[in-house]
Amino acid sequence: MSNGQTRFHVPTPPYRPGDEPDFAHLDLQKAGEALRPDPAASWQETQDLATGLVGVLDHNHQAVGAWNPELSPEVLREGLSHMVLTRIYDERMLKLQRQGKMSFYMKSTGEEAVAVAAAMALKPTDMVFPSYRQQGILFARGRNIVDMMCHCISNSRDNLKGRQLPVHYTWAEGNFFTISGNLGTQFPQAAGYAMACAYKGEDQIAASWIGDGTTAEGDFHAGLTLASTYRAPVIFNVVNNQWAISSNQNIARGDAPTFAAKGLGYGLASIRADGNDFLAVYAATQWAAERARQGKGATLLELFTYRADAHSTSDDPTKYRPKTEFDRWPLGDPIERLKQHLIGKGEWDETRHAKLEEQMTALVVKSYKEAESHGTLHEGPLSPTESIFEDVYAKPDWRLRRQRQDLGV
Amino acid sequence: MPAMNIIQALNSAMDVLLERDPDVVVFGEDAGYFGGVFKATDKLQEKYGLDRVFDTPINEAAIAGMSVGMAAKGLKPIAEIQFSDYIFPAIDQIVSEMSRIRYRSAGQFTSGCVVRSPWGGGIRGGQTHSMSPEAFFTHVPGLQVVVPSNPYDAKGLLISALESGDPVIFFEPKRIYNGPFDGVPDTPLKSWAKHAKGEVPEGHYTVELGKAEVVREGEACTVIAYGTLVHVAQAAAEASGIDAEIIDLKTLVPYDVETIAKSVNKTGRVVVAQEAPRTSGFAAELAAQIQEECFYALEAPIFRLTGWDIPYPHAHEWAYFPTRDRFARAMKTVTEA
Ligand SMILES: Cc1ncc(C[n+]2csc(CCOP(=O)(O)OP(=O)(O)O)c2C)c(N)n1
Repeated sequence: MSNGQTRFHVPTPPYRPGDEPDFAHLDLQKAGEALRPDPAASWQETQDLATGLVGVLDHNHQAVGAWNPELSPEVLREGLSHMVLTRIYDERMLKLQRQGKMSFYMKSTGEEAVAVAAAMALKPTDMVFPSYRQQGILFARGRNIVDMMCHCISNSRDNLKGRQLPVHYTWAEGNFFTISGNLGTQFPQAAGYAMACAYKGEDQIAASWIGDGTTAEGDFHAGLTLASTYRAPVIFNVVNNQWAISSNQNIARGDAPTFAAKGLGYGLASIRADGNDFLAVYAATQWAAERARQGKGATLLELFTYRADAHSTSDDPTKYRPKTEFDRWPLGDPIERLKQHLIGKGEWDETRHAKLEEQMTALVVKSYKEAESHGTLHEGPLSPTESIFEDVYAKPDWRLRRQRQDLGV
Repeated sequence: MPAMNIIQALNSAMDVLLERDPDVVVFGEDAGYFGGVFKATDKLQEKYGLDRVFDTPINEAAIAGMSVGMAAKGLKPIAEIQFSDYIFPAIDQIVSEMSRIRYRSAGQFTSGCVVRSPWGGGIRGGQTHSMSPEAFFTHVPGLQVVVPSNPYDAKGLLISALESGDPVIFFEPKRIYNGPFDGVPDTPLKSWAKHAKGEVPEGHYTVELGKAEVVREGEACTVIAYGTLVHVAQAAAEASGIDAEIIDLKTLVPYDVETIAKSVNKTGRVVVAQEAPRTSGFAAELAAQIQEECFYALEAPIFRLTGWDIPYPHAHEWAYFPTRDRFARAMKTVTEA
């Protein structure tokens, strides 16, 4: 019999298609307001940071407050350039997917700062364990675009020999771990890797990224527990882009009160930062990296952002959220914000920006021509068929040798 | 050569590996200071230090996931899952990650490590201390699966497993940790001291992965077993007088098809045995392969001697377990068919 009090509660997104989105309820801390403790601070000293919002770029695109990383114009322009390239690459790859050149694609539109600024704040030798939406790391680390495309179209030059879906990049040379389709598995792995760095007494640290939806996986808990227990030099990034396919972040209780605040329960330094503010992401990552390198352990960073485009090429977001949501998003567009910041400093202008876009577009177009010259998924050439039996083990055993013979390759 | 039981032999293997290579680390729930609930890691922390042999939080996914991460950095982890019944929380990390890192990265990253776990029944362990979940792992490309049946092999196989560079699921038949078992429920425990394979060298040696061993030669039928049942099969041959040829498989993946085929082509009659439930068990794979490989040599249907398709029972353990008597009946059935 009902006691009249309990009621089964299922969270719903604040807005559905047809609604007028208005994010006033978010009540976000203003840029420049958050205090910046020493990176060696106790985790308790980060409590306000976990529920606040570290921001550097204000409404007028000025860099303000204690978290300003004081980057040189050259570094800022480099960041801008990587973000522009990421966005143009994504646009191009989406088109190519629509033309049937590849089976699948996932863009990172609106989240470019989360990957690019973090990668630039880390050392190139630090190991990253990304999800499928941090392609910006690859650009920031200088991966050859042709190689990236060859992977996406699974051709004869795909460094993964056609074994993985597009966007599941691997680049050992660039300290970029092999991306998995299984959500969240990279968190305990990154913790283990970081533990091994500490075990070897090396300066190297690890960083990993998951989405807001993925925090509900057990591996989120496993990773944080490991990192906290063993004080592992690792940075855990939760990219809160508000959406996990069609599910709002409140399905994983990111509003209770924040994803960053969950880190406090593990005794981890925890910070929520404006994910569309290149300088804030850079500064928070730099802080967490310094903390890790000082042997003070892991940090949980929540990057507050918005997934501006569809989840993947298999998704249509107009079916579950208003078309106008991103336009109303209070934290804006990371590229536009950094661009305006540079212009305000007299270090950039619209002409140079247009030229940068032109150059990047030309680079992407030219790179694709070259990539295609090594084959495409549908027309080949692909990696040799017999290579499907390789790398299962260091050496194929009798079963794989026989099966290869059975296939006649 | 000193006499060792299986626990001592495993301990000795880890001792040798830790001694030889600073990249080797050993961990698990209660594996550090306490030395493991079965004492397999006894005294290793004292000898090698807190950072080489250590306790983990009670989270099997974390144990497997950190093994993958550590291996990516070049360490050689030996992880313990306290009971194989509790390996399931780690199954995503093992199946989706550990097994596929080399493949999906086209060799750019590897995940060589050993996941050790006490396995199998016969100890009144009930549903969650008796399982034989090997078939969940033999079905996974990229994993190797090992089940030793004696102290000598346990040590040599564990060393080979870690040195293979690929992930190995290493199941330890806990019923025979302290001595072989003849499959008769109330027989008093015999020690390994009187067993030829209870003699274990102190230092480094290996037993090759993927190689089975004929532990009893015979003409009447071939019996294929691994772990505890190797000894039950031998006891059944002695008790029944049936001249069975008994193969200790040792490695389930990749299994030694040549040794199996040679024996079956000679005897024409086969019993494949496992403690696990029957349906989709590893014995089904062996039976299918033998049928393909040795069809014209077979003179009787292949007999699968297995646990029943039920969760492992407590009070009626001996109605479930492939005992010596059930073995003898199975051998009689195939030899008389
Ligand atoms: C273990 C697992 N469960 C489900 C899926 C299917 N899936 C792929 S992406 C995704 C949503 C992930 O959302 P989030 O973590 O917020 O990351 P985002 O896509 O927003 O970057 C789901 C459910 C999967 N890949 N792996």
